[in-house]
Amino acid sequence: MAVDRLLLIALILPFAGSIVAGFLPAGARNVAALLAGTIALIGTAILIAAYPALPGGGGLRYDIEWLPSLGLNLSVRLDGLSWLFGFLILAIGALVVLYARYYMSAEDPVPRFFSFFLAFMGSMLGLVLSGNLVQMAFFWELTSLFSFLLIGYWHQNQSARDGARIALITTGAGGVCLLLGILIIGRIVGSYDIDRILASENLIRSSGLYMPALLLILVGAFTKSAQVPFHFWLPHAMAAPTPVSAYLHSATMVKAGIFVLMRLWPVLAGTDEWYFIVSSTGLATLLVGAWAAIFQQDLKGLLAYSTISHLGLITLLLGLGSPLAAVAAIFHTVNHATFKASLFMATGIIDHETGTRDLRRLSGLYRYMPITATLAMVAAAAMAGVPLLNGFLSKEMFLAEALAEHSGTFVDQLLPVIATLASAFAVLYSIRFIHQTFFGPPPVDLPRQPEEAPLWMRVPIEVLVLACLVIGIVPALTIGPFLATAVQSVLGDRTPVYSLAIWHGFNAPMLMSLTALVAGTVLYMLFRDRLNAMKRSPVIGRLKGRKTFEAVLAVIVAGARWLEALFGTRRLQPQLRVLVCLALIAGLLPFVRFDYRPGPLPVTLLDPSFAIVWLLGAACAIGAAWQAKYHRLAALILTSGAGLATCISFIWLSAPDLGVTQLLVEIVTTVLLLLGLRWLPKRVPDHWPEARVPIQVGLRRSTDLLVAVAAGLGMALVSYAVMTRPLPHSISRYFMKHAYFEGGGTNVVNVILVDFRGFDTLGEITVLGIVALTVFALLRRFRPAAESVASPVQQREQTASDHASPDRAVGDTAADYMLAPKVIMEWLFPVIIVFSLYLLLRGHDSPGGGFGAGIVMSIAILIQYMARGTRQVELLLSIRPLRWIGAGLLCAALTGAGASLFGYPFLTSFFSYIAVPGVGTVPAASAVLFDFGVFGLVVGATVLILIALAHQSIRIPRAPADEPKASLPASDGGAA
Amino acid sequence: MEIVLALGIGIFTASGIWLLFRPRTFQVIIGLCLLSYAVNLFILAMGRLRMDAPPIIERGVAVDPSQYADPLPQALVLTAIVISFATTALLLVVLLASRGQTGTDHVDGEEKDGEP
Repeated sequence: MAVDRLLLIALILPFAGSIVAGFLPAGARNVAALLAGTIALIGTAILIAAYPALPGGGGLRYDIEWLPSLGLNLSVRLDGLSWLFGFLILAIGALVVLYARYYMSAEDPVPRFFSFFLAFMGSMLGLVLSGNLVQMAFFWELTSLFSFLLIGYWHQNQSARDGARIALITTGAGGVCLLLGILIIGRIVGSYDIDRILASENLIRSSGLYMPALLLILVGAFTKSAQVPFHFWLPHAMAAPTPVSAYLHSATMVKAGIFVLMRLWPVLAGTDEWYFIVSSTGLATLLVGAWAAIFQQDLKGLLAYSTISHLGLITLLLGLGSPLAAVAAIFHTVNHATFKASLFMATGIIDHETGTRDLRRLSGLYRYMPITATLAMVAAAAMAGVPLLNGFLSKEMFLAEALAEHSGTFVDQLLPVIATLASAFAVLYSIRFIHQTFFGPPPVDLPRQPEEAPLWMRVPIEVLVLACLVIGIVPALTIGPFLATAVQSVLGDRTPVYSLAIWHGFNAPMLMSLTALVAGTVLYMLFRDRLNAMKRSPVIGRLKGRKTFEAVLAVIVAGARWLEALFGTRRLQPQLRVLVCLALIAGLLPFVRFDYRPGPLPVTLLDPSFAIVWLLGAACAIGAAWQAKYHRLAALILTSGAGLATCISFIWLSAPDLGVTQLLVEIVTTVLLLLGLRWLPKRVPDHWPEARVPIQVGLRRSTDLLVAVAAGLGMALVSYAVMTRPLPHSISRYFMKHAYFEGGGTNVVNVILVDFRGFDTLGEITVLGIVALTVFALLRRFRPAAESVASPVQQREQTASDHASPDRAVGDTAADYMLAPKVIMEWLFPVIIVFSLYLLLRGHDSPGGGFGAGIVMSIAILIQYMARGTRQVELLLSIRPLRWIGAGLLCAALTGAGASLFGYPFLTSFFSYIAVPGVGTVPAASAVLFDFGVFGLVVGATVLILIALAHQSIRIPRAPADEPKASLPASDGGAA
Repeated sequence: MEIVLALGIGIFTASGIWLLFRPRTFQVIIGLCLLSYAVNLFILAMGRLRMDAPPIIERGVAVDPSQYADPLPQALVLTAIVISFATTALLLVVLLASRGQTGTDHVDGEEKDGEP
């Protein structure tokens, strides 16, 4: 299999694994860990296999077309930079899985942890492997979402919930900005494809939209990478389980922002705006993070602020805009990931073994856990930038860059001083971390007796620390080629000459490094006791990020509530009024702009009978509107009159299929509404005080009338204007010409429905089925209003009269007066069924078809219900509407799927001529089978709806407290 | 013909929208029925008015589309008719359930002081 396809598998595997892990039983932590570890290792192996294609500026791409017309494809793209990030994500991911297996307590639902973890890993991988920016933004959002779940994993803790929420809102808001920025970039370039964007640097930088795009993308990257002033979420995220912190805050989550900055560095960097915004943000973050880290009493808090400071350092390097600084940034990203992950893991061990992470309580742990202590010391030394370790190398590069001239402003003079100062702070907090924890007198009063951690918990740290050492001692042999590939992929032709040697002679950066080391050590010795007494960081401790965040949130929520109170309503009528008025305005606008004129076509000669039909139809509609409140039955009959006018017009205007269907639907709709009338309350006329309608009510009614008349007038004018203009060429011509030769039918409307647009029809009948099931489900729990429960007056009188006469049984009167119609209706049953089948079979060539035939069939059944009564019919007939629905949908879908057996797309219809003895050759199309499916579903849906409603009348009312017994059998709609 | 049909569509729309604004559920259902007649006719009218020219072609002969009524709006309306039956049924049942639960047939599920 080609390597590029393997990449896609590496991307899909974590998500698949996440789903599998999610379904594992809560105790299966070994299986879940094995699954997660295997997936991470497979991914790493795939990346390693893909590496040979990359050096020398090469790359891999695998595109799957999704919406090519919009330029949106699913594309997996691998180059040097994404390889480096992907490798960190997967390799450190594998180590964290191993660590988490031993860290997580058996009482926690560990498979859930690994499920979130895998999904997060997949999102990060998707982010770095994205071949277009929209896809990248999608995975970016996924990382926010899954980091929320991971940080809040111990959701029983208030702090975990808060931390997760703050992280989600901050990074989520940043994600919106990033997406907006990406959309602007896409607009400038005309594509979201990363290769095309990277090739359009001049276009982007010279665009007038450069500034907004830059700002939005930077807000996205800064929130994710915890840059000042958005850094406050990161310390709160420390409420997560330590493996999560080790993963999110070393190699992944916070590096996502850095990755985006690096990815877009070639097209965005190099301007003054970039330089000032990015480097000053980085500088501020570097200082604030390092300063705050010194004063933390919580081990994880110290590491959190140290992470912020290192992220600031990387951002600063990227902000400087010089190629060498970019090299240092990429290099430091790798180094920071290795030593910070190992330090977090070591912290987890300390927490695990002693029960506390409070620096003031810890002391002298070296004697209990010498191996962990040694590992932590090496990692912390890398963090402080001690020679022979990887952190030293990238820090040297940083210091060298700090000395170089970039903007020619005072920043150039300031930078070396601040760089040295921040380095001294880093030394100070690293020493404090190690010395306070592992040295000094034996600890007293610890929650647990400390001892060395289990071997497998230490292995991940050992691997990482080994990496720190090896990279630090022989960088050119280890990280060198990979770094070169990554740098090449970002900088291309601008790749500078740089040296990874550990000794560059006794130069200025070395001097700064030494100054920092000495200053940090001296400062620690001077202030160590006072630091332990500090409650919060001086100066910046006053900046309460969290409080500001909550206050802003409160203002937003209050604003939303205020707006909702101002504009929102739960009442239907105002909403409908607003909707209709908006539609009116929208409909009016084109005419205001382009003027209203009737078209040039001569009008068709008016047939007087047509006018009479419409005179009646219009009168019926107005009458229905008039009577719908107090005389529901009359309104219903009048509505049917309007329906009949519609129906006649359809037939008149050459639409026989519509006429037939409308007439049939008219029948079932009327029956439906008649069945519903029974459950509506009795309407008594209004009695306004002083027998007159209040002014506001009258005003409302006249406004409504005005809007209604305006809408009607608008529709009339628009339809008249359209009808008097010539018909433009539409796809109809194609349908007409190909209906017989390709669809095998002469009724073009039917051929469109079951063949040309069969997929639409499949959707329509699915909706119909869903509606029927919803109606059925709603009615199963139907509780009528108390006043509607009693039998109607007519029924009561009939029953009373039956009781009064000794020779009559109850129900005789009802049965007798329907006797003649009843007999006719019973006899009609087979006739109507035959008619229905006739309509169905002829539908492809003449008016008819599945819709009409289905409704005829349901009318046949309906008439039996009317003639015999529900109970009688169900003794005789076994109607299972749910099966009709299922069979119909299956028939339609299988007919469509049948096409793929012959290698055609879904719903391609097959059609040929069959010789029938005695009749000659007739066309037979598979689309007719599809129409059978439509027929079955329409029968099932219509019958199910009507019967479910009819059944309400024969339900035995119970006391409201009781659960009403469903009168319909539980498994099927009809009765056996 | 065009004027009559246009006026008819207008009157159906006006009656439908007036009922749509009314507070009682039954009025709204009737309003939606009338509105769906109007909309279906409107869509059909988009294919222009043709008499005695149903889109039923002859077998195996090259077709001149201008001799027939436009089949496309008809196909659209045909499914719309059936779907509007389904939505009417759904609306009716929802309103009946709401009436059963709230004891009123007001569209908001509670009686307002102003309008009955």
